[in-house]
Amino acid sequence: MSDSLNTLAAREPGTARLVLALALAGLVSGLIIIAIFEATLPTITANKAAELRAAVFRVLPGVSRLQALRYEGGVLVAAPGRAVDDQTIYAGYDREQRFIGYAIPAEGPGFQDTIKLLYGYLPGPRNIVGMQILDSRETPGLGDKIYKDAAFVANFDHLSVDPKVMTVKKGQKSAPNEIDAITGATISSKAVARIINEARERWEMRLPLPGSEPVLIGQNSQ
Amino acid sequence: MTTVLHKQEQVTLDTFLRGIWEENPVFVMLLGMCPVLAVTNSTLNAIAMGLATLFVLVASGTLVSLLRKMIPREVRIATYIIIIATFVTMVDYTIQAISLDLYNSLGAFIQLIVVNCVILGRAEAYASRQRVGAAVVNALGMGVGFTLALLCLGTVRELLGAGTILGYPIFSPNFEPWVVMILPPGGFFVLGGWLLLFEWIKQRRERRTLQAQGATAHGS
Repeated sequence: MSDSLNTLAAREPGTARLVLALALAGLVSGLIIIAIFEATLPTITANKAAELRAAVFRVLPGVSRLQALRYEGGVLVAAPGRAVDDQTIYAGYDREQRFIGYAIPAEGPGFQDTIKLLYGYLPGPRNIVGMQILDSRETPGLGDKIYKDAAFVANFDHLSVDPKVMTVKKGQKSAPNEIDAITGATISSKAVARIINEARERWEMRLPLPGSEPVLIGQNSQ
Repeated sequence: MTTVLHKQEQVTLDTFLRGIWEENPVFVMLLGMCPVLAVTNSTLNAIAMGLATLFVLVASGTLVSLLRKMIPREVRIATYIIIIATFVTMVDYTIQAISLDLYNSLGAFIQLIVVNCVILGRAEAYASRQRVGAAVVNALGMGVGFTLALLCLGTVRELLGAGTILGYPIFSPNFEPWVVMILPPGGFFVLGGWLLLFEWIKQRRERRTLQAQGATAHGS
C-alpha cells in the first residue's frame, strides 16, 4: 500500500487540475439539473394546482368555479395567475357565477410538524362547511386521523365559528361551535381547531361585508 | 480487497447475484439503514424508494466507471457526490411530476439518497475500479437487493400495521392493526426479525456444509 501511495504522490496533479475537474463536474451537473427542472416544472405546477383545485371543491360543496383572491393594500382583489402566497385565498362560485364562499388556506404547528389545511367558509351564516388537511406529518395511526378519520373530518361539515371553534372530548359535542376530538390524538385535534381559529381571526377584518364579495372575472379564471 | 492493483472482474452471474444475497446491502452489509427504517411503513413507499435508489445506483455507477480514469484521485469523493446528487435531483423532480402524494409520503428521503452509503460505497469500492459492464451489472444487483430488502420490510410492516398490502385490505375488518408496526419502532422490530431469519439460514447452511465435509473426510 505504501508503495502505491509513493508512486501516486510522485505524479500528484496540480491544484489547477483539481479545481478544473471539480468546476467542470459542477457545471455539467448544474446544466443537467436546470434541464430536468425546466422539463418537469409544468407538470409539477399543474399537479399542485390540480391538487389545490380538488381541495377547494371538496371544502366548498356546490362550487363549480373558483378564483384566487389576494389581500393587497387593505382590500381583497382577484388575482388570477398570480403566485400563491400566504395572502391568497380562494372564492368559490356556482354555475350562475353567484358567490358561495371562501376556501381559506391556513397552517400552524401540529404535534410533530406544521399542519397545512384548507377550510371552506360561508361568510353569511358564519359557518365552516368543510376542511381538508393539505400537508401534515402527524403520528401514523393516531394523529393522522385528522384526515383519515371520516367522523373527525365530518365535524367541519357544519361548524359555527362563533365565538370560536372548541374541541371537546369525543362524543360530547353539543354546541354548533364544538368539534369531537380524536381519542389518543388530542394535541393534533386541538391544533386543527387552533389553526382554524387563528386563520379566522386574521381574515375576519379582511373579508368584505357579506354581499359585496369580489365578482368572478372571466369564464375560466384559475 | 487487499490487492493494490484492482483486478478487472469478469462479468458473471455472480456479479449480479452477489448484491441480492451474499453481499445484500441491507441484510448483510447493514448499509443505508436510514431509508430502510424510515420509509418502509408501506409497500408502495418501499417500492418507490427502492426503484429510486436502484436508478441512482446504476446511473452513478455507469458514469463513475466511465470517468474513472479522468477523475483525479484527490477530488474523487467530491466528484462522486456531485454525480450522485445530480441523479438524485433528477429522481426528485420526476417523482414530483409523477405523483405529489407519493412525493409527500417519501418526504425528505428522496433527497437523502445522496448520502446513502450504499451508493457512495459502490462508487468508491467497485465502479471506480471496474469496467462499465461489470459496474452496471453489480449496481443492478445491489439495487435489486436493496429494493427486495425494502420490500421485505415494507410488506410486513404494512400488513401488520395497517392490515393492508398496497392499500388493499387483507384481513377481515375485525383485525385490529398493530399501529406500532408503521411507527418508527416497528421498523426496528421487523428489521431485527429479518436479520434473525437470514442469520439462522446462513448458520444452518454453514453447519450443513461442515457436516457434509466431515462426512466426506470421514469416508475417505
